[in-house]
Amino acid sequence: MWQALRNELHGEGFEVVTVGIDTAGAEACRRFIEGASPEHPSLIDQHHVVSSMFGIINIPNSVWIDEEGNIVRPAEAAPAPPSFADVERVNPFEGMTEFPERAGAIMAEAIGIESSPEEYEAALRDWVAKGSDSAFALSPDAVIERSQPRDPNTSLGQAHFALATHLELEGNHDAAIGHFAKAHELVPDNFAYKRQAWSLEPGGDTPFARFWQGPQEGNEDAWPYASEWVSEVKAMGAANYYPKFQA
Amino acid sequence: MISSSLTVDRSEFEAATGWQLKPEGACKGEVCIPLAEPAGDTVQIDTLAPQLGMGLAHDEAAGLWAVGPAALGGRALATTAAPNLTLPDLDGNMFQLDSLRGKKVLLIAWSPY
Repeated sequence: MWQALRNELHGEGFEVVTVGIDTAGAEACRRFIEGASPEHPSLIDQHHVVSSMFGIINIPNSVWIDEEGNIVRPAEAAPAPPSFADVERVNPFEGMTEFPERAGAIMAEAIGIESSPEEYEAALRDWVAKGSDSAFALSPDAVIERSQPRDPNTSLGQAHFALATHLELEGNHDAAIGHFAKAHELVPDNFAYKRQAWSLEPGGDTPFARFWQGPQEGNEDAWPYASEWVSEVKAMGAANYYPKFQA
Repeated sequence: MISSSLTVDRSEFEAATGWQLKPEGACKGEVCIPLAEPAGDTVQIDTLAPQLGMGLAHDEAAGLWAVGPAALGGRALATTAAPNLTLPDLDGNMFQLDSLRGKKVLLIAWSPY
């Protein structure tokens, strides 16, 4: 998705690093990465370390880092570049002939999600061309100020998420659920934490499974979390799912 | 960091959290936080974590503790210096963000769910 823009700007001292965040690890990311054939570093983050390190709270999110290793824009929504929208993507509905009711409910919300891909790409190009003279390269104070809020409770939520991941990877899924739920409660703004945990629940035997993120029809009582994707996005308003790009 | 004990080796704490425990306090980059008492070869994470604003989570059945990141200054970033993110690629080869010094880097987090 970012490969074409990366190639165009690579000669100007620009590089893309993608990080696939997934407790399920490299194999869960493989078909997406191989489908995109990236020539840039494409990494796997099984423990959501980018959340504690950079304050990333949803996907896709980006961080801009200059030549000296300084962050010039903290974590923010990063819509894929529209000028390369025809680049081949993995279709999560591939092979599906029937669409369950929930898939429709998810699509109805997803369609209302707003981002500013043109504005974002223009800002990125401006920074690559002008560096620190770009109005989009923020001052150090603004970078810190615009990074995610974090207090000891946020940190406790991140600790619970780390425990959940550890237990999940040990095969102790039932024990992980309580800590995922605690992380959701303590860091409610971290939508990646929610999507991750919801995606580890059974989602039906379709390629759509990991986007299901909610109860199975007829087996609603088995859903272990206080919320699920559709009702949560409805409550926040799909248009607020990604904060607007802030110059 | 994850630990099965509240007492951990100092070096293990330092490697896992990125905070160096020096006589003047816990330090990361240019930031140093004075500690109630200087760290020895081992540290008590339940004493140390609150001093750095780190949450401490516990799973009784598994006998495990987890320490969250430092919460200082109320923000996820305490400095604009990018941490040296070190992660594997699809084939398990480790990559370090610092190896891209001299380039502008767009770090993009995505997920397959």
